[in-house]
Amino acid sequence: MNMNSEGRPTRPEPADAVAESWTGNKALMLEEALIFEIGTTASTGVDVETPPAVRSRLGGLDRNREIGLAGLSEPQAVRHYTRLSRQNYAIDLGLFPLGSCTMKHNPRLNEKVARMPGFADIHPLQPVDTVGGAFELIHTLGEWLCKLTGMPAVAMSPKAGAHGELCGVLAIRSALEARGDAREVILVPESAHGTNPATAAFAGYKVEDIPATPEGRVDLAALEARLGPDVAGVMITNPNTCGLFEPDMKRISDAVHAAGGLVYCDGANFNAIVGRVRPGDLGIDAMHINLHKTFSTPHGGGGPGSGPVVFSEALAPFAPLPFVEKQGDHYILIEEETAEDHHASSFGRMVAFHGQMGMFTRALAYMMSHGADGLKQVAEDAVLNANYILRSLDDVLEAPFGKGGPCMHEALFSDKGFAEGFTTLDLAKALIDEGYHPMTMYFPLVVHGAMLIEPTETESKETLDQFIGALRSIVARAKAGDPSMHQAPFHAPRRRLDETAAARKPVLVWKEPEQAEAAE
Amino acid sequence: MRYLPLEPADRAAMLAKIGARDVDALFADVPEEARLDGPVHGLPDHATELAVERDLGAMARKNVSAADVPFFLGCGAYRHHIPASVDHLIQRGEFLTSYTPYQPEIAQGTLQALFEFQTQVARLYGCDVANASMYDGSTACWEAIVMARRITRRSKAIISAGVHPHYVAVCQTMARFTKDALDVALPELTDGAPGDDMARLLAGIDGETSAVVVQYPNVLGHIDDLSELAERCHAKKALLIAVVTEPVALGAIRSPGEMGADIVVGEGQSLGVGLNFGGPYVGLFACREKHVRQMPGRLAGETVDAAGQRGFVLTLSTREQHIRREKATSNICTNSGLCALAFSVHMTLLGEKGLRNLAALNHARAVQAAERLAQIDGIDLVNGSFFNEFVLRLPQDARQVARALADRMILAGVSLGRLYPDGEGLDRGLVVAVTETNSDEDIAAFAAALEEVLA
Repeated sequence: MNMNSEGRPTRPEPADAVAESWTGNKALMLEEALIFEIGTTASTGVDVETPPAVRSRLGGLDRNREIGLAGLSEPQAVRHYTRLSRQNYAIDLGLFPLGSCTMKHNPRLNEKVARMPGFADIHPLQPVDTVGGAFELIHTLGEWLCKLTGMPAVAMSPKAGAHGELCGVLAIRSALEARGDAREVILVPESAHGTNPATAAFAGYKVEDIPATPEGRVDLAALEARLGPDVAGVMITNPNTCGLFEPDMKRISDAVHAAGGLVYCDGANFNAIVGRVRPGDLGIDAMHINLHKTFSTPHGGGGPGSGPVVFSEALAPFAPLPFVEKQGDHYILIEEETAEDHHASSFGRMVAFHGQMGMFTRALAYMMSHGADGLKQVAEDAVLNANYILRSLDDVLEAPFGKGGPCMHEALFSDKGFAEGFTTLDLAKALIDEGYHPMTMYFPLVVHGAMLIEPTETESKETLDQFIGALRSIVARAKAGDPSMHQAPFHAPRRRLDETAAARKPVLVWKEPEQAEAAE
Repeated sequence: MRYLPLEPADRAAMLAKIGARDVDALFADVPEEARLDGPVHGLPDHATELAVERDLGAMARKNVSAADVPFFLGCGAYRHHIPASVDHLIQRGEFLTSYTPYQPEIAQGTLQALFEFQTQVARLYGCDVANASMYDGSTACWEAIVMARRITRRSKAIISAGVHPHYVAVCQTMARFTKDALDVALPELTDGAPGDDMARLLAGIDGETSAVVVQYPNVLGHIDDLSELAERCHAKKALLIAVVTEPVALGAIRSPGEMGADIVVGEGQSLGVGLNFGGPYVGLFACREKHVRQMPGRLAGETVDAAGQRGFVLTLSTREQHIRREKATSNICTNSGLCALAFSVHMTLLGEKGLRNLAALNHARAVQAAERLAQIDGIDLVNGSFFNEFVLRLPQDARQVARALADRMILAGVSLGRLYPDGEGLDRGLVVAVTETNSDEDIAAFAAALEEVLA
């Protein structure tokens, strides 16, 4: 057993030295079968009252075969999901430094507020005068977003970041069409999130790359050279995916506007500048805000998100339906029935109802808790924590853009200097054994073996120091060529999983063993 | 500030390590003129937990919540009882505060739960496979049309008049930009089973048709057999897309997949999620195995780890935006994972037996309510068939009636005039949903108030 200077073991024992348990369990780590393996179609955990006898009105389409849904009694179900939950890493357990994902603490006040019956138990099509408080909440949150971004208008209905991007791009296209200008190309930096080019294509645009400079910024000269009458707009992430502020943002906006285009800003990284910089001062026309990043609504294992979009004066008239307006001291809902008088150029509806109300309540609770002063501190501490990581590791890891100056909310490193055959993946998996969720790997694509670390403002210095210590130790092993790293993780609920096999012959649903065999 | 752990001494030590004079120096890349010199104007300062709760509680109390009144609204969002353990389990921090399971060795909880969810959805819909969720039913509906376009290489879809008008509106918004052709129509207040709309769909399918989109049960509550439609679609190499806004219905009636639907999408809100004023909800998406590589959204799949143990990973990600960028099947990234978990926990608690009992109870209550309300002078029950939702034709504009009933603290249903502001002849229609949450007293109170309003 190898020990570090604090006497804690640093090197796992070989796995075969440990006796396997009969159950496959490892003390507190309990294996759990699928519900279809432990439940039956005859078991249930819900008592339903016996229905009154009536004449069926199902149109003769009564179900005539079994669905195949396994049920569990309540104690079995609680145990099943509790056991599963313990196989997950989470921000509640420790540092979750996924770059660009902003895994910050999720305050429990938010959960409490979102569950108030006046917000959680109201229907989206209730008569409008029975939901005045809901409109007030949506409008209040919208006002906060407009003030924080310095933008005059906001669309609240987009369901997540990528849906917000779509909202922004559709508004751009509508504005151009309204002036009879059918442009076909959207420019996207090569370091952009994959959602940017995918969104532009989903909205019917052709996508072209803008190159990056050696300093990790948008190449302004290349961008200006490409602008022309066929370019509808650009999608720029600022701060960008290298964790850097685009210092030329205003010049980019001016150049795009001069060429007749519009500017979309991906606000995924707004956390770095909230309360300190207003994107509206940089000439942008639309920006989505991930409430599940900057404003702390929980990620929930992949969603739900919420992606309100702020608009410039140029794009505001094209914002989607429905939305809430304040008139005097009450709130009105603008939807299809009322839009003709108020909002004739809207590009239409992009979602069934009013957006992610449950995320709005959480985000507003977070904003009110911080206030304008606290949100400024959020950005400052997020940036301070990231720079602390950058400068505590840049002597052992290459920081390709770190020499030029500070980063914003995330620190970017490459795999330069690792021993032959040792990769970012090996480092990430070794980090799991140290009790951390790995950083974002292999993104952005412009850096070899990229490691993008975003600590967020809700981590203490002690947490960062321990993480830095762990990472330095792993980097030393990667440089020395410690072969055990190829096998990591050793202590997670599962060893490395075979993703290639999963994709080659996809098994996406459970089948009864005889069915599964027949399908072989 | 209670959410920020750094103390002034920490900040000073960290700045020293970084070699920065002060925190402003870290914002050096931001042009001088774009830097604010103090907190953003016009917003309050930080607040205590108690103060925030008090302010937001006051806003919440201005709304009439469903539990406080007899409540009969549906049309794409349904009030069902959610077992207490559902909300408890989804609030476990390991589920609530985890991320997309990109590191499967430490995300088996989420991945296994998604694999179970996919299996439940596929079985409920009568399909081979399902994905790990979309935003909601309306956006899933458009994604299904895009998927059908990719599979058939045709871009003309025919949408039934019975599809939820908001879903249709979402598709129309998108189609305008993508140049897809959508053939749409308004519903009529006939008993339509199968009415003029089915005839329109059957007649409309030709060699250019990518897909026919139908809702089952439809927005007016009718339940149509989809078998002939599926056959006609397949004869012309078009796909049948079925939309289900009320998943509980499938505990009582045959699944769209059994009747030949190729893609089945819908809203999962009824199970586990709650009304939440329209979101977050959970889009369900299922299809045939042979089309899985054209599917949007994340997929959990089974595999083994290096020690040979079964485990789960996100798979077929070469369809997705983070790999394929502009060539991806969709731009979706974040989905509705936690709502999918809530759906799955609720479905696991129900099981086959519980879902069937729940569906039977919903239908029985709805039949009771429909029969009682149809006895009122001047009111007709429009539907020949229905599950837990039906349309009443009132003697006057249903919007006014709904408002008058709301004044009497009855939330009576959704007026078709609100859903179809341009719908000729629809303004007297009221869509009433009845679930297990409606008591005999609720139905009696509704009937009494309606008689009073119409008198």
